[in-house]
Amino acid sequence: MMAQALLDIVGLSKRFGGFVALDGVDLNVKQGERLGLIGPNGSGKSTLVNCICGTLHNEGGSVKFDGKKIDGLIAHQRTRLGLARSFQLPRPFVGLSIADNLRVPLIYTVHAREGRRFTRAEMEDHCGEFLRLVGLADKAKKFPRDLSMVELRKLELARAMAAEPKLLIADEAMAGLSHSEVDDILALLARLSERGITIILIEHIMRAVMAFSQRVAVLVSGKKIADGLPQDVMRDPEVERAYLGQ
Amino acid sequence: MRSSVFFLIAVLVGAAVFFGARFVHNEYIFFAGFVILQFIVLATAWNILGGYTGYVNFGTAAFFALGAYSTVFIHKLYPLPIPVLILIGGVVSGIVGLGMGYLTLRLRGAFFSIATLALAVVLQTLIVNWTFVGGSRGAYIIRPATAPLIGNYIEYMFLIMLALAIVAITTARVIERSQLGYGFATIRDDEVAAEASGVPTLRLKLIATTISGALMGMAGAPFPYYIGYVEPTSTFGLAYAVNSIAMPMIGGTTSWIGPLIGAILLGTIQQVATVTISSAVNLLIVGLLLVAFVIIAPKGLIGLVQDFRRSRGG
Repeated sequence: MMAQALLDIVGLSKRFGGFVALDGVDLNVKQGERLGLIGPNGSGKSTLVNCICGTLHNEGGSVKFDGKKIDGLIAHQRTRLGLARSFQLPRPFVGLSIADNLRVPLIYTVHAREGRRFTRAEMEDHCGEFLRLVGLADKAKKFPRDLSMVELRKLELARAMAAEPKLLIADEAMAGLSHSEVDDILALLARLSERGITIILIEHIMRAVMAFSQRVAVLVSGKKIADGLPQDVMRDPEVERAYLGQ
Repeated sequence: MRSSVFFLIAVLVGAAVFFGARFVHNEYIFFAGFVILQFIVLATAWNILGGYTGYVNFGTAAFFALGAYSTVFIHKLYPLPIPVLILIGGVVSGIVGLGMGYLTLRLRGAFFSIATLALAVVLQTLIVNWTFVGGSRGAYIIRPATAPLIGNYIEYMFLIMLALAIVAITTARVIERSQLGYGFATIRDDEVAAEASGVPTLRLKLIATTISGALMGMAGAPFPYYIGYVEPTSTFGLAYAVNSIAMPMIGGTTSWIGPLIGAILLGTIQQVATVTISSAVNLLIVGLLLVAFVIIAPKGLIGLVQDFRRSRGG
């Protein structure tokens, strides 16, 4: 089992001044797995994502991705290795059209990885494919300001997808969305999973987490307190205490 | 339009401008035109960093002066032809641009701008205390009586600056439409998201400061031969920093055409004001126009046109 771990985090720690945001977190994710990561607000979920993706640098412990230690690598280098993320609050490139937003990871990640440039037609093909995948094909020429919240979140996922990652981390991709919109995003994530992409879903909406995840990990105050099958984790008394109080 | 075609058209327009200016039979046209062309280069250079990547550089005068003082230095040793001096000025200020970028680009927003301002102050202090290039008294450069090929020296200077402006604008346009341009735009919009999409932001910012700095230095290199007397206070003058920011802002910062329009507009107004009123009024004009544009058209003239088109297009 350990041999197939795509992401292997050991003893990861991060502090902000005197505040310990992550305290020796161990986590591993297997190739092709769908992992749900939950935890109350401020429990360190986003910090963990930032440390995995290189937006922040961890002080202790190590992150191994695809068998390679990636501590110390800059964010864009990790992206090129096959780590992609979406942001909790969508961060589109507002000055670029929707199609151009997707061109950026194609140019800067896929090109760099394959060591060759796409032709104009290949580029159009790829952009079109990802836009269709998330259902934004008719908005290719629009700008981020013309999109609704759910569309922005889809754009976020499409942009992460366009980097052709091995591991996708969706950081609260569904927060603030309606019931049917959550289903939309879930269906989209399921489609990505079918393509063989490993996915970590960070989410507060339990319905979504339970429907999507094969395994759930729980983070509380920077520590992992549970990790296992979704039903087992939900019954864990420690998890209940963290969420509902004593 | 392909870049080679664009370059050809730019050269043709440039030729038309040159022969048009000759047709007027007034040498002053060349004196005034030189300054406007110089500002086209400076504004375009500033925009490569400030407009495309969003890093506001207050140190234009430092790079300009570096170019000018490279020329003074070399003139004292052995006078070289101006095109060679331009290349040298470009290399010197390009290297300083790279160095400045490396030291300051971890800073963002206002902090970066303050650091560039500090660079100008440091360099000015160095020049003031360096007697070989004239120190605070300044240095005289005796301009040759005639120029190669053309004969008339001011026409020669004008032609050189015209060529430089064409090079600068073509460079800016090539960048804008290349992969580099996409990268720069993502840095302007959101650096964290850019990194997450695989954009090597630091490297791209260094490329921007180097190109931008080099072009500014190239604009400064012929300056001693134009003005005849170089001293630190005016060469590091506020006017260069303010104009090279104001011109792209007024024209529009997202495209090569913005700085071009802004420089022609502001540069011409200033030249006319210098003759009709006084050169002292120049900065006042720039300030007033900048305030007006920030209120009425924050995205510059280009933005105004785009908004107008969009509202008509529905």
